[in-house]
Amino acid sequence: MTLIKTTYNRRSFLKSSALAGGGMMLSFSWLASCKPSPEQIKSLPKEWFDINGFLKIADNGLVTIMSPNPEIGQNIKTAMPMIVAEELDTAWEDVIVEQAPLNTDIFTRQLAGGSQSIRQGWESLRMAGATARHMLIAAAAEAWQVPAEEITTDAGVLSHKASDKSAGYGEMASAAANIPIPEEVALKDINDFKIIGTDRKNVDGPKIVSGKPLFGLDIHEEGMLIAMIVHPPAFGMTYKSMDAETVKSMPGIKDVFPIEVYPEEVEKQWSDGGGIPQLVAIVGETTWQCMQAKKALAVEWEETSKPESSAYHEEALTKLLNTTPQAPAREDGDVKKAFKNAAKVIERTYSAPFLAHNTMEPMNFFANVTSDKAELKGPIQTPEFLEKTLASRLDMPLEKIDIMMTRMGGGFGRRLYGHFGVEAAVISQKMQAPIKLVYTREDDMTQGTYRPAYKVRYKAGLDENGKLIAWHVRGAGANDDLVFENRFPAGAVDNYLAEKHRLDSNVTTGAWRAPRSNFIAGAEQSFLDEVAELAEKDPIEFRLELFERAIANPVGDPEKNDYDPERYAGVLKLVKEKSGWNSGSNDNSMRGVSAYFCHNSYVAQVLDIEMEANTPTVKKVWCAVDCGIVINPLSGRNQIEGGIIDGIGHATYSQMTFKDGKPEQENFDKYQLIRQQQAPKEIETFYVDNGINPTGLGEPSLPPIMGALANALYKATGRRHYSQPYATDKQVVG
Amino acid sequence: MANFTLKVNGKTQQLEVDPTTPVLWVLRDHLKLVGTKYGCGIAQCGACTVHLNDNAVRSCQLPISAVGEQEITTIEGLSENGDHPVQKAWIEEDVYQCGYCQAGQIMNASAFLKKNPNPTDAEIETAMNGNICRCGTYTRIKKAIKKAASTENA
Ligand code: FES
Ligand code: FES
Repeated sequence: MTLIKTTYNRRSFLKSSALAGGGMMLSFSWLASCKPSPEQIKSLPKEWFDINGFLKIADNGLVTIMSPNPEIGQNIKTAMPMIVAEELDTAWEDVIVEQAPLNTDIFTRQLAGGSQSIRQGWESLRMAGATARHMLIAAAAEAWQVPAEEITTDAGVLSHKASDKSAGYGEMASAAANIPIPEEVALKDINDFKIIGTDRKNVDGPKIVSGKPLFGLDIHEEGMLIAMIVHPPAFGMTYKSMDAETVKSMPGIKDVFPIEVYPEEVEKQWSDGGGIPQLVAIVGETTWQCMQAKKALAVEWEETSKPESSAYHEEALTKLLNTTPQAPAREDGDVKKAFKNAAKVIERTYSAPFLAHNTMEPMNFFANVTSDKAELKGPIQTPEFLEKTLASRLDMPLEKIDIMMTRMGGGFGRRLYGHFGVEAAVISQKMQAPIKLVYTREDDMTQGTYRPAYKVRYKAGLDENGKLIAWHVRGAGANDDLVFENRFPAGAVDNYLAEKHRLDSNVTTGAWRAPRSNFIAGAEQSFLDEVAELAEKDPIEFRLELFERAIANPVGDPEKNDYDPERYAGVLKLVKEKSGWNSGSNDNSMRGVSAYFCHNSYVAQVLDIEMEANTPTVKKVWCAVDCGIVINPLSGRNQIEGGIIDGIGHATYSQMTFKDGKPEQENFDKYQLIRQQQAPKEIETFYVDNGINPTGLGEPSLPPIMGALANALYKATGRRHYSQPYATDKQVVG
Repeated sequence: MANFTLKVNGKTQQLEVDPTTPVLWVLRDHLKLVGTKYGCGIAQCGACTVHLNDNAVRSCQLPISAVGEQEITTIEGLSENGDHPVQKAWIEEDVYQCGYCQAGQIMNASAFLKKNPNPTDAEIETAMNGNICRCGTYTRIKKAIKKAASTENA
């Protein structure tokens, strides 16, 4: 049994109150961790005491949690009630999640990015559930005049065996509201979990399969108009002028006008990202009318900075790789000397293009801005930042701005950047009418905010026994660093050098599912495969030797390393066993392996290829995952499978290229996404069962699969791949 | 502008609309049936799939003027209580992630199974290749179609 404190320095993480119609409400701090680490105790951030989560128990026993986290497809709307139901000891069907409207006084952190939603909610939800259960027991003990220790709970019912009394949670909820909050409560032993760790279906399933309006694009309000935008056709251009008169008289069109989304005086947030400062807005009665007007409208644009083409990006990144940066990001040992003494040296360069997010639901937002308030609704991952920008842009106090989040038709990082919410508000303000801003697919794909183009060069040195003695990585990205200097193999190689460069580009970039990892994992894991081959070692054994080194005798300060080599080696061993790697029946002729750590989780994968009509086909993927406790294994598998398919797809088929600043792919006819026929025929996932607190699941399966695929392709075709997308990669040696 | 009489989900509806308007936008904007989704507008993604009589069609490429007497069925009308065998199989297999593409997937799968109640894996893959799922739920979609096929034939 773990006892946790609900207070710190006489300040409580929890507050209770009676519900007006009967029942209790327990408010808690979403951020509070019940077991702060020693350094955190010295200075608990004040936000930890900000009440920003609610758990309500109504007098009918129904439990509601108000979630500050939007649903983007990672199924937290199912995982959160599971955690609460577990500690509260109620039936999980009786717990529902409501999406909380944004109120920054209440919710300080509403961000569904970086696989962190569950990680943040884990301890606070457990604490809230356990405390509420404790208070219900205390209320029952008082009502029945029996010792609290003799009262048991199960599936939302309190019972006292000796006196044969029992009551539903709902019956005791009002009384429980008056029980003082205990300073300490007991959490369940993880071995007693009944709900956490079991497969639970997505609670929104029935609504999804019957086409209920769930998404931002589905919003319809009385008197609502449709708005569309026209943005510059190329990066490095801005609005100059237009002749809108004929378009304004087209059927259904209400107005056409340029908008200043971000005038200079506006205080922008990081989440405004690559929002385009000046756009043209078209407002009409229906979507189709706006689309027609958009086609007919002639806008003149002017150049503000030099337009860039893909050839330029390629050249500029290569130039950076040939330049020694001023200071290394990390250096252990003497790399120069080690390469000189090495028996074998290998060097390879890997690259990847810009990528669009292409969420299936294009960007959109509803706004109704009047003189005294702004009401907004739509799919966004960072509402609290949007609210701040809006306050500045509309010159309105925060309390007058209301943002509701809708279910999101995909996120992948794209909806962290809420410029479309600002655009909707500005258009609504001008029209003095409620509007729904809708991006066409073309608008969505060519807006920018892309995964940056990357290039990385690796160099490795082996001694005469095939031991890795030197490692040099130098990476560059468009508007982004690429290299994680403290990730593997840092700590496992005596002589280690990591360097990074950043290329300034006017093509806008942003976080894309598993930022940086989404490229560098594949590059590193492809390279390691080639290094293992040069060392004449099995690729799994070669990696395990390195982890052994990092475990037994780490190079440099082990505290600096981001990863835990034991857990890393653990997933590799698990995937080795499950896939029957080197087991004789399979000679590994067409399989590749890969392992990576990101978002606090560890993943190892083996991928099998079969040649079908001379085309390599992914037959099966085995995936071992260590993400601590898995709340809902079923939805976890879904996300892991999705990450694998997404990774294979983007590494093989997708790219965004530019000619004179203009995106060359505007829709799914040219921009290829993986489809049903190209998806792996089978994916099998295995979780490491270690009872460690849960970590990210939405991202970590994507990065390594690009390496497993490249390594299997090499076995199948004899060709190494150095440039993504692999399908069009003509390069033979990197 | 022209007048049209449309049969959608068993109901006859009158409306006045530009004859070039794709059925997708007639459904979404005029009839407020928003289960049918917009994904690309150029017949590449399948998110807008509906049934025209018994055939799966891309409603983003189907002008209202081309519909005539034919009956349109959308995801909202596939079954009364969301219990068409394909919908049930989707819930059984917990197919969806974000869920946005799934109405199109379900409409395409249900039309396909009606024509080919006993499909092979390869036939399923070919039939479903026009429906993009950005979240990558392809393996589950295939499983759910197989499940629906086996229960329908049971
Ligand atoms: S919206 Fe019709 S196929 Fe994509
Ligand atoms: S479930 Fe998200 S696009 Fe298919």
